[in-house]
Amino acid sequence: MLGVKWRSAPLVVRGLPSLPALWAAVGVVAFLAACAVGALMGPVHISAGTVVSALTGGSIDSGQANILWSLRFPRVVLGALVGGMLAIAGAAYQGVFRNPLADPYLLGAAAGANLGATLAIAFGPGTTLIGVNLVPLAAFAGAGAAVAGAYVLGQTVSGLRSNTGLILAGVAIAAFFNSIQMYVQQSQTGSLRQVYSWILGRLTTAGWDGVWLVLPYVVLSTAIIFLHRRLLDALMVGDDEVVTLGISVRRVRLIVVVAATLGTAAVVAVGGTIAFVGIIVPHTIRLLAGRSYTVVVPLSMLFGAAFLVLADTASRTIVAPAELPIGVITAFIGAPFFIVVMRSTRAATL
Amino acid sequence: MRTHEHKAGAKPAALVPSVVVVALLFLSACASSPATSSASPGTRFPVSIAQPGGTTVTIAQRPRRIVSLSPTATEMLFAIGADSQVVAVDDQSNYPASAPKTKLSGFQPNIEAIAGYTPDLVIAAEDTGGLVHGIQALHLPILIEPAARNLDDSYLQIAQLGAATGHATEAATLVAKMRSRVGAFVASVAKPARPLRIYHELDNTYYSVTSATFIGQIYKLLGLTNIADAATGAAPDYPQLSAEYIVSSNPDLIVLADTKCCAQDIGTVGSRPGWSGIAAVKSGAVIGVDDDIASRWGPRVIDFMQAVAPRVQQLEKAA
Repeated sequence: MLGVKWRSAPLVVRGLPSLPALWAAVGVVAFLAACAVGALMGPVHISAGTVVSALTGGSIDSGQANILWSLRFPRVVLGALVGGMLAIAGAAYQGVFRNPLADPYLLGAAAGANLGATLAIAFGPGTTLIGVNLVPLAAFAGAGAAVAGAYVLGQTVSGLRSNTGLILAGVAIAAFFNSIQMYVQQSQTGSLRQVYSWILGRLTTAGWDGVWLVLPYVVLSTAIIFLHRRLLDALMVGDDEVVTLGISVRRVRLIVVVAATLGTAAVVAVGGTIAFVGIIVPHTIRLLAGRSYTVVVPLSMLFGAAFLVLADTASRTIVAPAELPIGVITAFIGAPFFIVVMRSTRAATL
Repeated sequence: MRTHEHKAGAKPAALVPSVVVVALLFLSACASSPATSSASPGTRFPVSIAQPGGTTVTIAQRPRRIVSLSPTATEMLFAIGADSQVVAVDDQSNYPASAPKTKLSGFQPNIEAIAGYTPDLVIAAEDTGGLVHGIQALHLPILIEPAARNLDDSYLQIAQLGAATGHATEAATLVAKMRSRVGAFVASVAKPARPLRIYHELDNTYYSVTSATFIGQIYKLLGLTNIADAATGAAPDYPQLSAEYIVSSNPDLIVLADTKCCAQDIGTVGSRPGWSGIAAVKSGAVIGVDDDIASRWGPRVIDFMQAVAPRVQQLEKAA
């Protein structure tokens, strides 16, 4: 089904390390703890007892129940989905391109999403298409178009056996889309603030609508990447060697990139282009827990979700009752943390 | 009006033109001059206008080719009767409709393009992109009339524009009219023991205004409590509020300034999850105002108060 003979694949990749139980437990605990923090903290003070009652079905004040169920809980769930998806997509891109600095926006997904959202905000605010607001749809389409464009361009340049052509095509497409986006943003001064706010990223939820919108894409994308984690390990040995193992590099790369991009486009469409999560989380996991993708993929999902939920909680509590754009928080926390991890880890593991 | 000076010891024949001139002056002083067609009596040129930063700008003579890069300044100019002196306004100056709108931008000013209109006075709201430096290099006067922080700033700007264009009297009349209308609105609303809470929305990502802004000052005059004031620490004037906070603050009145930009109205606000329980939504006290009127600080503030004050009065009676 996935371009690989399944009977031969396990033979090939048997013997690779699997996820240590300790790390799995740590990941789950971190994820649950972050969700708890996200549910308990917010610009409106709601006691822990009330939150627990709300979750267990006890009766609480309707105003607080309204805030919890309509605003806070969907935001925590969305943060987990977006963070987990960006991190696992980052891990997938890093595996496919064998580059620890790859992130889900490498092939232009962010530039495409930004352009789509800018056009929708500037020229069609408030319009809905098939019952969904135009902005996430346009962002999704833009992200998909950018990556597809990068693929087509990369194929004409050097064939898909080489990563470099594809990455360069992605850079070119991203630059091109960025230039159009900047022009539109600057010329439509009336919508400047909304566009800027969207680009910085924000987990504004339309209640649970945002969650339902991204959930199928995230589930599908995560499942595909998860199933390919051993193949990503196999890809580490190099294109030529992998071909001799009977794995079609082109097809694996295509499938993984498409899956990762699909999930990325969906979460970016709803949350904006949140930076840093996709590159920092998988890389940090790699430095701390091991380089195998059987370890990196599942832990990226858990820790990525936890990271973004915590960042979102910070963004809505630090300057409460005002909010900070979440992209500011992820960069502010993520970059120094990453530097600390890098410095305290042996250089040989890089 | 200009008085012509004559040299002492002029020949008798030269007295004829001076007699004619004096006669004309006498006649025009007796006739009542329509306020809008010529410079008002009492406006002398050259005139010095104070500018932000403590500098002054001197306007040597009555400007005939004004370029306005500020929508608010455009509204003020047309309201004080300087419309015949305005040759170009920027692309955002959409009121009044008769203003000579061009593609000039107040955000990204192009000095050459501005110079192409051979202005003798340029008015802008901010000095972006080296605008002041560029216009001064052309030896032209430029006035910066920045966003007003309160009504007094607005009145001062109208007076400045009146002096700068030779319409000081009309400007003073306009200011007096605005003061009296504002006073009437303020008097019409009671100051209840529990002030009404207001949430002013700038766009659908919950940007709001604090009392440190022009619009915020209007709300303060009307005796309302602005829920965004709690966020002054984060951003002194335009904070982005959290939805949780807005819902839990339970505003009594919501004013939407994003009806044009973001297509928001009472229906869309009511359908936001968690918002249906807000007092303002339940009582239908969600007012949409024209985005432009809510973002400018000119004479149309009266229109803004006309939209808001009666509703406040109504809510206070019902409370």
